[in-house]
Amino acid sequence: MKDSLTLLSRIPAHPDSRCWFLAWNPTGTLLASCGGDRSIRIWSKEGDAWVCKSLLGEGHQRTIRKVAWSPCGNYLASASFDATTCIWKKNQEDFECVATLEGHENEVKSVTWAPSGSLLATCSRDKSVWVWEVDEEDEYECMSVLNSHTQDVKHVIWHPNQELLASASYDDTVKLYREEEDDWVCFTTLEGHESTVWSLAFDQSGERLASCSDDKTVRIWRQYKPGNEQGVVCTGTDPTWKCVCTLSGFHTRTIYDVAWCHLTGALATACGDDAIRVFEEDPLSDPQQPTFTLTAHMASAHSQDVNCVAWNPKEPGLLASCSDDGEMAFWKYQRPEAC
Amino acid sequence: MVGPALTPSPAGGVALENANPLIYRRQGERQVTAREEDDELPDAIDDREIFDLIRSINDPEHPLTLEELNVVEQVRVKVNDAESTVSVEFTPTIPHCSMATLIGLSIKVKLIRSLPERFKVDVHITPGTHASEHAVNKQLADKERVAAALENAHLLEVVNQCLSGRP
Repeated sequence: MKDSLTLLSRIPAHPDSRCWFLAWNPTGTLLASCGGDRSIRIWSKEGDAWVCKSLLGEGHQRTIRKVAWSPCGNYLASASFDATTCIWKKNQEDFECVATLEGHENEVKSVTWAPSGSLLATCSRDKSVWVWEVDEEDEYECMSVLNSHTQDVKHVIWHPNQELLASASYDDTVKLYREEEDDWVCFTTLEGHESTVWSLAFDQSGERLASCSDDKTVRIWRQYKPGNEQGVVCTGTDPTWKCVCTLSGFHTRTIYDVAWCHLTGALATACGDDAIRVFEEDPLSDPQQPTFTLTAHMASAHSQDVNCVAWNPKEPGLLASCSDDGEMAFWKYQRPEAC
Repeated sequence: MVGPALTPSPAGGVALENANPLIYRRQGERQVTAREEDDELPDAIDDREIFDLIRSINDPEHPLTLEELNVVEQVRVKVNDAESTVSVEFTPTIPHCSMATLIGLSIKVKLIRSLPERFKVDVHITPGTHASEHAVNKQLADKERVAAALENAHLLEVVNQCLSGRP
């Protein structure tokens, strides 16, 4: 297990501040980082080295908490503690802020694009999730404000190929939303975590969702459609999402992020104990009750809390991570032989 | 960070929540050992050292320190230098103290600023001493909300006032 995760390089991405989040563009050629220094940096590989190609310094007045690329890769959205979300358009190597989305009452914690590229979602400490519509003229209009959570909303993520949205909150729950007659509705609440849910990741099929929490566990939720063979009860036409696996006892502090690789199925976690861990589903386990094995445990992956892990979408096993120490690291993950 | 819990008390003219708090005797100065005076030998950070960092934090309401109000005590400080962890329990003077989050935040900020960055700092309410113990503990443990609170200039000023040692 020891050699399954190898350090490729380590870079002071946001010196003297936190590096909060990383996002690969869809082709896996660019990595965006953001942090407490109120800047976004765009990185690309030149030879063996990762080089900062652009610095997006103007735009936000406070910490930039998360960034997300549009599915076409031409736009980057940034969520900030200044209560706004900026949309950046890529022109060759430069980025220009083309829109600022306002409306949240306080810190925006997360932003995500729908697979179609025509919808965007944001969430905030004001307990709400907003769904925005994008038109051809780069105009953004809020089409729904979802107030289902009772506390600070930490993360939003779209399903990989459907217009289905998921959110995670300080109220310990995960909620799922779908469109209904030009409005958005919360159709289910996933309960089970015993503290803040920090992040979410769908698997490649979108049939399963992983959530990570301050309760030091990762939960795997599985979708059961009406009429499923397993006899899981559904209400109306909505699927039921059921927790089919809980990974507990592996993490010693808060788990801040989870990333499910759509190429290999490997599940990586970012933890407040400075470690990065990778899990793999046991191929012979029952899909209704899957078991996962810890295949990599890199203690002291960073010198402080790990805030984010992100699998490259095109190069299997290439993992990026970032930390409160301001650094970003690149890792090569190789599944152990025994797996 | 939160609404009312972190709103500083208005100056003057308003009744204090706990007008006549019990005042406790302060500890003496730390006794320096021969080993500590030897600069050649490494010293691990110990409980007393952490206590010395937080004992003189000012109470937001009273012209008294957290030590004088018995909000912090050396026995409620646990440090493990080898594992880079510090845990502090603090005891609000009354079970409905609306300043509890602010006091906890001040302790946390003081320790984060003073200790090497490798330390994980956990600040909790002494179990059973506050009505909203769980909610306050959860807020103090949420580093994202703590970071956002410290970007609020007004709140930062209040925290800094609590941390400015008396002459």
